[in-house]
Amino acid sequence: MATTAAAAAPLNQAAANYDDGIVKRFLIATVVWGIVGMLVGVWIALELAWWPANMELPYFTFSRLRPLHTNAVIFAFAGNICFTGIYYSMPRLLKTPMWNKFLSEFHFWGWQLIIVSAALTLPFGLTQSKEYAELIWPIDLAIAVVWVAFAVNFFGTIATRKVKHLYVAIWFYMSFVLTIPVLHIFNNLAIPATLTRSYPIYTGMTDGLVQWWYGHNAVGFFLTTPFLGLMYYFLPRAAKRPVYSYRLSIIHFWALVFLYIWAGPHHLLYSGLPDWVQTTGMVFSLMLLAPSWGGMLNGLLTLRGAWDRLRTDYILKMMVVAVSFYGMSTFEGPMMSIRAVNGLSHYTNWTIGHVHSGALGWVGMLTFAIAYWLVPRLWGKKQIWSHSLGETHFWIGTIGIVLYTVSMWAAGVMEGLMWRAVDADGLLVYTNFMDIVHQLSPFYWIRFAGGLMYLAGAVLMAFNFIMTVMQPSTGSAPAAAQPAK
Amino acid sequence: MSDNNAQKSEHWHRRLLEGKGALFAVLTTVAISIGGIAEIIPLITADPDVEARERIQPYTALELAGRDIYVREGCYVCHSQMVRPFRSETLRYGRTWSHSEEYVWDRPFQLGSRRAGPDLHGVGKKYPDSWHYDHMRDPRSKTDGSVMPPYPWLLTWKIDTADIQATMTAHKIAGTPYTDEQIAQAGESMQEQGTAIADRIKTDLKLADDKVKWDDEIVALTAYLQSLGRNKPDEVVLESGDGSAEVSQ
Repeated sequence: MATTAAAAAPLNQAAANYDDGIVKRFLIATVVWGIVGMLVGVWIALELAWWPANMELPYFTFSRLRPLHTNAVIFAFAGNICFTGIYYSMPRLLKTPMWNKFLSEFHFWGWQLIIVSAALTLPFGLTQSKEYAELIWPIDLAIAVVWVAFAVNFFGTIATRKVKHLYVAIWFYMSFVLTIPVLHIFNNLAIPATLTRSYPIYTGMTDGLVQWWYGHNAVGFFLTTPFLGLMYYFLPRAAKRPVYSYRLSIIHFWALVFLYIWAGPHHLLYSGLPDWVQTTGMVFSLMLLAPSWGGMLNGLLTLRGAWDRLRTDYILKMMVVAVSFYGMSTFEGPMMSIRAVNGLSHYTNWTIGHVHSGALGWVGMLTFAIAYWLVPRLWGKKQIWSHSLGETHFWIGTIGIVLYTVSMWAAGVMEGLMWRAVDADGLLVYTNFMDIVHQLSPFYWIRFAGGLMYLAGAVLMAFNFIMTVMQPSTGSAPAAAQPAK
Repeated sequence: MSDNNAQKSEHWHRRLLEGKGALFAVLTTVAISIGGIAEIIPLITADPDVEARERIQPYTALELAGRDIYVREGCYVCHSQMVRPFRSETLRYGRTWSHSEEYVWDRPFQLGSRRAGPDLHGVGKKYPDSWHYDHMRDPRSKTDGSVMPPYPWLLTWKIDTADIQATMTAHKIAGTPYTDEQIAQAGESMQEQGTAIADRIKTDLKLADDKVKWDDEIVALTAYLQSLGRNKPDEVVLESGDGSAEVSQ
């Protein structure tokens, strides 16, 4: 029963008691912050292609805005869709409303306040400089408090559930809820000097190791496991098919959460870190391929028998592209963690391309798909205002991703090869670093164009949502109008 | 595949685990803790750089203030501080590869993750102080075709001299061996080191006496940049990119 609950359960009477207001608010925040975060991304892409876009103002330099971009897209865009999906699916999977409405509201407003405070500190150079953990210590404390409220609400809901079995999506949510505070707290242990500055208790390479243990698992437990949870809930619902394999989901869940946490040192290959730590990081990264592809296959095979609908259903198209990019970037990641490959790829644009195949492809496309699926249901509309606009979004978004990732791969491999090129006498071929930098220019412009297309797709989506919400209500959600199965 | 089977017969893990929220949460926490504990704890309990901590001096007060500016401006976003043990890198950056002991007083570490610009772990003493002054004002005045944006505000903004003692105290609490005396005399130390740098810049660039002051941010940042690579281990003869031999260190 519960294994296919996500796919089979039609909206029932109990749904009336569920708090969908909080889901709507998180979804609006996702769309708004997503556009803001992508806009900053496009801007800083322009700064790399054409430096005068820095505007000679301290607040707008690439070096200060890049952390704003990463924080906005990770914690605001991706974070808010995780919360959207969790607050929507938990009550439906467990047949009970979220445990405490106040905590839900506290979580929502607290999280948005944290995002606003990030936007008000990072451009002013208030930063800890640890990637994806740049926010200063008072904001870090706020994150911990808000997360505890979320966790209490989450586990309170599980404790008061009406369905005994915990569906696979909830396991993945649980790993998200539990792991993020562990990473956040230990990476941010620091001694405050002033209200805005603090210094880590770790030094040098140990600080680096703790940071990349955090940084890599921010990817693992903020951008992967909750999204796998979302995939396990929304993909079967959108495809109207049960999950392909329950057994596979068990194996890949436990393997993924156990192996992921070891992989951080692959960010520090060839550094001063002891060799055994570097090698451990590399080996566990290679092993990660198996559970990652377990998730990808379980997602794709869930669509067996529904492939024909890809022709007409842009939501399924987005999901398939998302899961495919998940598969590609989780192949690429282990490959890049092999020492010899990392020797070429590290510090180059290849890494940027890799990150964005995961971020734009997997996280972004899955987010868009879920948002398109949810909006008519949450606002009680028959369907989305314009399917062809959704279709357009899919195509310009996908082409944008391809332009982005391919240009960065090419740029990265090229600059990596140029950095290391030596002539027959063993001397550097490109002694002037600038000769290499200038070769990147066309790729930076292609990347800018790709990013702009991706942003344009998100703006079309927002417009489509506004028009959908403004349509007259049908009074019944589409899921009720056409019951699943 | 197994969905139907799972419904027909209760699997053991289904009975024992997937219906028990608290147990599931505990086991998940255990699973995600092991890797971090195994990799991080040994570096803290069996510190590989214990000898270097005795030998290597922490940053001076002015360098520390400059380092905070480096962090604030996000220099690490485009510049690494990690010369890898490749011939192409030791050649390009004119020094031996980066050793972990060189970072022992780095809070936070600044290895970076992207080289939009060159690595900086060998930049200390590579150029005169005045080079950095000109370079921050207008990068293209020093490097043809540079794509780095200018940072002219560093030439006019002042370091917060009142803050430095709180900064050093925080470092001391975290474990950096600053003495109470060093902290008490941080202001004098900054002024002394800063005045020397400001004087060199003014002499080099023939600037009026009131143009560069010891407490300008550019002076502190220059002090920090000139310290990079200071603690690199003694090294054998390296060949520089132009074919001439030079002795590093």
